[in-house]
Amino acid sequence: MIQHLNFGDLLPYWDVFARGLLFTIVLTLTSTVAGLTLGTAGAWARTFGPRWAGALTRAYVEIIRNTPFIVQLFFIFFGLPALGVKLSENTAAFIAMVVNLGAYSTEIIRAGIEAVPKGHLEAGASLAMSRWEIFRHIVLKPAIMNVYPALSSQIIIVMLGSAVVSQISAEDLTYAANYIQSRNFRAFEVYIVAALLYLLLAIGLRALLRGIGRAIFPKG
Amino acid sequence: MSLVSIRDVRKSYGAQEVLKGVSLDTGRGDVVAIIGRSGSGKSTLLRCINGLETYQSGSITVDGMAVGDGKTDLRTLRRHVGMVFQQFNLFPHLTAGENIMLAPTVVVKEQKGEARAVAESLLEKVGLAGKFDAYPSQLSGGQQQRVAIARALAMRPTVLLCDEITSALDPELVNEVLKVVERLASEGMTLILVTHEMRFARDVGTKLVFMHQGRVHEEGPPKALFGQPATPELAQFIGVQP
Amino acid sequence: MSDFSFWIILQNLLLATRWTILLSLIAFVSGGIVGLLVLLARVSHGRVLRILSLGYIEVFQGTPLLMQLFLFFFGVALFGIEVSPWVAAWLALTLWTSAFLAEIWRGCVESIPKGQWEASESLALSYGEQMRHVILPQALRIAVAPTVGFSVQVVKGTALASIIGFVELTKAGTMLNNVTFRPFLVYTLVALIYFALCFPLSWYSKRLEGRLNVAR
Ligand SMILES: Nc1ncnc2c1ncn2[C@@H]1O[C@H](COP(=O)(O)OP(=O)(O)OP(=O)(O)O)[C@@H](O)[C@H]1O
Ligand SMILES: [Mg+2]
Repeated sequence: MIQHLNFGDLLPYWDVFARGLLFTIVLTLTSTVAGLTLGTAGAWARTFGPRWAGALTRAYVEIIRNTPFIVQLFFIFFGLPALGVKLSENTAAFIAMVVNLGAYSTEIIRAGIEAVPKGHLEAGASLAMSRWEIFRHIVLKPAIMNVYPALSSQIIIVMLGSAVVSQISAEDLTYAANYIQSRNFRAFEVYIVAALLYLLLAIGLRALLRGIGRAIFPKG
Repeated sequence: MSLVSIRDVRKSYGAQEVLKGVSLDTGRGDVVAIIGRSGSGKSTLLRCINGLETYQSGSITVDGMAVGDGKTDLRTLRRHVGMVFQQFNLFPHLTAGENIMLAPTVVVKEQKGEARAVAESLLEKVGLAGKFDAYPSQLSGGQQQRVAIARALAMRPTVLLCDEITSALDPELVNEVLKVVERLASEGMTLILVTHEMRFARDVGTKLVFMHQGRVHEEGPPKALFGQPATPELAQFIGVQP
Repeated sequence: MSDFSFWIILQNLLLATRWTILLSLIAFVSGGIVGLLVLLARVSHGRVLRILSLGYIEVFQGTPLLMQLFLFFFGVALFGIEVSPWVAAWLALTLWTSAFLAEIWRGCVESIPKGQWEASESLALSYGEQMRHVILPQALRIAVAPTVGFSVQVVKGTALASIIGFVELTKAGTMLNNVTFRPFLVYTLVALIYFALCFPLSWYSKRLEGRLNVAR
């Protein structure tokens, strides 16, 4: 027998949902900005940086890409305090997200940099530009333009992955859902609503990223 | 004293020697046209002059600055040596005007307004007055190449290197670019250009250099060389009986 | 609890790793089978099938895997059936995997030049025959590298099964941490084991990709 679904029991908790949703949005936006910055630095190190920085970055990228996000999160939140680095739930969640997106975007942006024609770099050099100026003014924007769709997908994947931060009690959307279902015992309904909210977030984020792409990259 | 002086330059890629002792003098205001078969080392020579390639022995000086001795800062050198490429190499994310303004603002730290005025006048000079805000993808090949020339000129180079700058163009677009170069020559700009446009080399060049298998095989006044090549290789290359 | 030596921790983690591997394998295989069906629907000529499969992919790619796990875990219970974490994890990972694989493979199918369709059509092959004899065999070749690459995501995805109580590597780590209070050691080892599982797959996928680029 199928039990009757009852979404009415969720209504009293709408503000809990709202707070969780807001947290997830803020966490996503801030960690995206920081993660892309880290990824840009990583991509620079891999292509324009000194050898040692490139090697170090490569190790970082491989470690992150080949371990689950939840283990990274636990390592940062539970493991680091053993070394004397104590972090709040929210800070640990933020750092884990940044470190994770940083690794993936390093690889993506690096691919974008390698797709920039060598002739453009030579043209920059011929204009007496330094390596840094070439990276900053000639390479970076076209590189990101080259891989913007992949970068956007990765940002959405990381946003969805953020559901896991509820496991260290960072108060995100999933944490809110867990809390509500522990009160009203309507687990299925609660998670359906939460899943829908994530879906809307993903759709909204995709639209936002597309809009940003349109605004910053030249048409034609 | 010559502006660009190349002395016995040798350059190899691995075991393959591409430049086998090249010497060449270019005076101020000279228009040197380098011709020769594919693979004879023309591009390599040109790229050694502004330090895009390194060479193993010999010496190159530009306006008294030694190239590739490890002491002269390449950036200082390149502020005086402009280069235009076969593939234009315009920066696709910048408009024509921004392409021209980039180096003056970033490298020379010119004021934006000043750089913009220069860029506008240069665009006018190459016949593209209205194209300041056009992106490279919105321009024809000939227009792109003229922007690239303007971009190099914005650094006020003492010598301009051109490597087959019309080879990637549709035939009907070649002339608009050559006209710009011709005008530069008539204004006294020092030019070293690799070209396959024989007529242009003869009419505009003050000196013709024929490269063959990594060496300067023959050099002299263009009209004389074209009229009476001294070596069978040049004769064959330009298609006349010696 | 210092009687939990390094070796005992490691031994327990490795024992739990068997479950990570098993769940990964099963989810990957069943996800691949479902994914193939979704793919066929996605590139079929039927409008309804195409829209349905697109919706399926959007939903499973657009929601967190964790939500999918919760929904299976709690949702199936609504039918009065008790599901073990093991079954819920298997079901959720299967559907999640199928959505991603279907989308990856669609990209491969669509990268086959139009001329191949036209040529096989002009040989009077039906749509199904074109797919089976001309398009899929070629798409398969391109698909191997990204598919192996995605298997890494599946292995990592199984870590979330720990949250609904399935005792695999991550859950074992949490449990060991609770008794040993040595989080740094435990999670370092957990990470290293995942790395040992995933890195060879990543590496192999990259190599395949490189080889394909050379071959073309
Ligand atoms: N980066 C490189 N690595 C190895 N060999 C090179 C490289 N660049 C050029 N070469 C070789 O050096 C020789 C001279 O090349 P170069 O480009 O200078 O010839 P070129 O006279 O400009 O020919 P073209 O008319 O085709 O442009 C050629 O045999 C070429 O294969
Ligand atoms: Mg050349």
